[in-house]
Amino acid sequence: MKHSGNFGKPKRYGMVIDLDKCTGCGACMVACMAENNVPFKEDESKKLDSISWLQVYRLTNGKPYPDAEVCYLPRPCQHCAGKHEGHSPCVSVCPATATDYDQQTGIVSQIYTRCFGCRYCMGACPYHARHFNWWDPVWPKGMEKYLNPDVSARMRGIVEKCNFCFQRYQKATEKAHAEGRRDLEENEYQTACTQACPAGAIIFGDLNNPKHAVHQIAKPNLKKGGQPQNPKAFRLLEELETNTKVYYLSSKQWVQDAIHKPHLLDQKEAHH
Amino acid sequence: MKIDRRSFLAMSVGGAVGTALTPLPWKIQDDLAIWTQMWPWTPFPPDGENTYVNSVSTLCGGGCGITVRKVGERAVKIEGREDYPTNQGGICNLCASGLQMLYGPTRIPYPMKRLGERGANQWVRLSWEEAISMVAEQLGEIRQAGQPETVACLSTRPYGSMPALLKRFMTAYGSPNFMTTPSMMDAYDMTLKRMHGVDGRMGFDLENADYVLSFGSGLIEGWGNTVHMIRINSKWKDTNAVLKQIEPRLSNTAAKADQWIPILPGTEGILALGIGYVIIKESLYDYDFVNNFSAGFDEFRRAVLSGYSPGNVSKQTGVDQSTIVALAREFARARRPLALCGRGQGTVPGGFGEYVAVHALNALVGNINRPGGAWAMPRPEMDGWLEPVLDAPAEAGLAKPRLDGAGSAAFPFAGQLFNRVPVALKAGEPYPCQALLVYDANPLFSMPGSGMVREALQQIPFILSFASHMDETAMMADIILPNLSHLERWEDVPVTEGFHRPMLGLAQPVVDPQFDTLHAGDTLLQLAAALGGTVAASLPWENYEACLKEALSPRWAELEDRGYWIDENFTPDDWSLAFPTVSGKFDFAVSGADLKTLFAMTAPQGDDGSYNLKLIPYDSVRIANGAVGSPPFLIKIVSDKVLKGKTVLVEVNPETARAAGFGEGDQAVLKTPLGDAAVRVHLSDGLMPGLVAMPRGLGHTAYDRYLAQKGVNANDLIGSVEDTASGLDATWGILASLVKA
Repeated sequence: MKHSGNFGKPKRYGMVIDLDKCTGCGACMVACMAENNVPFKEDESKKLDSISWLQVYRLTNGKPYPDAEVCYLPRPCQHCAGKHEGHSPCVSVCPATATDYDQQTGIVSQIYTRCFGCRYCMGACPYHARHFNWWDPVWPKGMEKYLNPDVSARMRGIVEKCNFCFQRYQKATEKAHAEGRRDLEENEYQTACTQACPAGAIIFGDLNNPKHAVHQIAKPNLKKGGQPQNPKAFRLLEELETNTKVYYLSSKQWVQDAIHKPHLLDQKEAHH
Repeated sequence: MKIDRRSFLAMSVGGAVGTALTPLPWKIQDDLAIWTQMWPWTPFPPDGENTYVNSVSTLCGGGCGITVRKVGERAVKIEGREDYPTNQGGICNLCASGLQMLYGPTRIPYPMKRLGERGANQWVRLSWEEAISMVAEQLGEIRQAGQPETVACLSTRPYGSMPALLKRFMTAYGSPNFMTTPSMMDAYDMTLKRMHGVDGRMGFDLENADYVLSFGSGLIEGWGNTVHMIRINSKWKDTNAVLKQIEPRLSNTAAKADQWIPILPGTEGILALGIGYVIIKESLYDYDFVNNFSAGFDEFRRAVLSGYSPGNVSKQTGVDQSTIVALAREFARARRPLALCGRGQGTVPGGFGEYVAVHALNALVGNINRPGGAWAMPRPEMDGWLEPVLDAPAEAGLAKPRLDGAGSAAFPFAGQLFNRVPVALKAGEPYPCQALLVYDANPLFSMPGSGMVREALQQIPFILSFASHMDETAMMADIILPNLSHLERWEDVPVTEGFHRPMLGLAQPVVDPQFDTLHAGDTLLQLAAALGGTVAASLPWENYEACLKEALSPRWAELEDRGYWIDENFTPDDWSLAFPTVSGKFDFAVSGADLKTLFAMTAPQGDDGSYNLKLIPYDSVRIANGAVGSPPFLIKIVSDKVLKGKTVLVEVNPETARAAGFGEGDQAVLKTPLGDAAVRVHLSDGLMPGLVAMPRGLGHTAYDRYLAQKGVNANDLIGSVEDTASGLDATWGILASLVKA
């Protein structure tokens, strides 16, 4: 994705997800699968081999009835920058340069044709954001008609993950170029999940741009690895210094505490 | 044998040659390549011109505005329309999976006739001419015999030109039996009729409410217009409006609410009366409304004060007295409080008494026809059409009582009661049903007591289905005249389901028909023409499009141009004009009903002492459970704590499970008076002890391998219970037990 060109000032595209608003409906997951040609198979209840770039977790406060509380947490790829831009856990371990950090957008890419399926990146990712294709995708007869031509279908033996709908960024920049513009408007490039969310819980934009809502809400401190300065905002596993680009908002203390426990994102532990 | 240099070399060379000749290394390399390379069997979607077509989704009652991205002739993505007043760009998971329905293998590709046993799913293809003339012959014979009333018709949606056209066809044919699948809107219609005196539909100005008491309504899980409701929930978070969720299970709605108040299932109405008791006792009610604009308050007060003290109510509902008192005070003191009911997605109405009890709270605080309150709304009407023409057989047929008893002396206020049809057919009263037309409905799957529904369908000699997908009810049909899919057809979509503005959307074809299917409206017009006489004269349009344009003639230009019409300035009638009852006032006494009987709780089936638990169904926002089955994407996002492999997990409180000897994931047999089912146990701290909760919408026997045979249909285990006061389906659950597998 180094080919995204020198287009305006470098961006750091990121998200703010309001967990107080997220209802756990899963429209984001479906919108993502529809946009990105994510396959499906007969039994998707084995969540370890079920491919979903965006996973909505169901967190509980662990208290017994009637004090139980539930919070839904959508988890796309966190697009880690690491200690310096580009030091993402997955990028660091990929022997094939199949996953790369785009300095222009801050997006962690996945280049399917380069990937040979060693799955080091899956081991390195602390967020379980990566999925391996154990089978070739099969669409029932007729359904291949809805496939998006902007996203290549993946084959068996490679890893895939969320790329913030990079094809939409490409389309938007192409259009801007054609119109002689150097920059994108905030609403010109939005991910499929952001667009679909009925709750308006997902906000997407350039974290570097003070005019964008994500910057205004998360208030990232660029000197401190992008740490949020909004007290309601937090990032998953902040202590790993992955410097992620997905910020979460919650007014509940137990939710803010819960996200520091890596096992909560373990697929066996709390998968919904 | 001595190994010398010569033989060693020979063996090495031989070995190398041998290895090179075996297929193994090549096979390994080949496999490696397959695992690492692009191969031709991976689809390569063709590119083309990008266009967007606006339409309205008809997959559920919500009627959201959508915009469909097309690449060439292919529809590739469904997105929410940002300028549509209800969903404003948002989209639900079902709608976003809509292309899997359009292009999927469950589509019915052409007209067909049943071959072999009903439900065997064996068909023979018919041409449209053959099919229409066969159906016309069948219906013609029944009419010739002077029994047009024995033909019934079922639709899911009550409003819009398609239901209106079906109803018109039935009227001209001579049958009073046009019905819609039951829903909470039936109960709200009745509430409106009996308390407001208004023949209309209920709307709620939810955006402006600041304190909402939800009696089990799955407000963000498909109650009303799903996306609109989720947007409102977000708005409530921004404006700090309060939502109190009253239900036995920690649903998504309860999880997002400011407070979850667990309650024994089926006692929600009693809690509402308890809250009413405190409001009346502490004189917290709106004096102006109660004294000047209501009648029957004394009767209501007497009924409430005589049996619904917080102490009494607490015993019956399991809700603390202090909570009851607090809820009442908060509700009465809020600026714009609103009380809502209709369990889950409201697909089962519930007892009428519950609605009266809950709606009376809105009246007590005077939040009727006011901002943030409950509004009496006009029904959407097809005002562009002339009256149908009736001949003598039609007049005679229409004079007969309805199969479901709606409008009879027993149920004078009911508009329709399809839930009563299985019972009526079993009893053979008032007459047998000779033919059933099913449009956009799947009662065999979606209604409680599916066993009874199956029996009823078996008794009907001729079933005609207009289904576009092979669902359970279509599989029982004798002839299927498949409708176009939701993205291939014109249709008007009135926005109802509690929405507080008169609004109408226009669905338009996004793609050309993919199969040999026909718009059900056109099919119906052709049927009418084949029947001839006054039936043909009543449905004179050349095609459905012409009929639709005429029905919507005053607004057609706007609809075609913008895709929707809305009356933004609608305001409900002022209190002085709002209540066309006998007294001209809001009627707390429910037009003379016996309040004591009305408020009595409906007992569940199976009270013979052999069951120690109660099974309650729940509606999940991730499982479609109405006329449409879950497409593959939807079933993919179902949690593995709900469905594992082909087995459904039922939620049980850990304490209850432990007492019965069950741990997480254990296999069990769930027994109810209606049958047994193999399930697994999921321990949930979000469920009251003593209950078992099962999702609705699983256990399909029709559809594809992604959906069929997964889990259990809760409606197989839970029967329909009739509310004696209204005839409505009052089912909230059933007695059950959980035993080791």
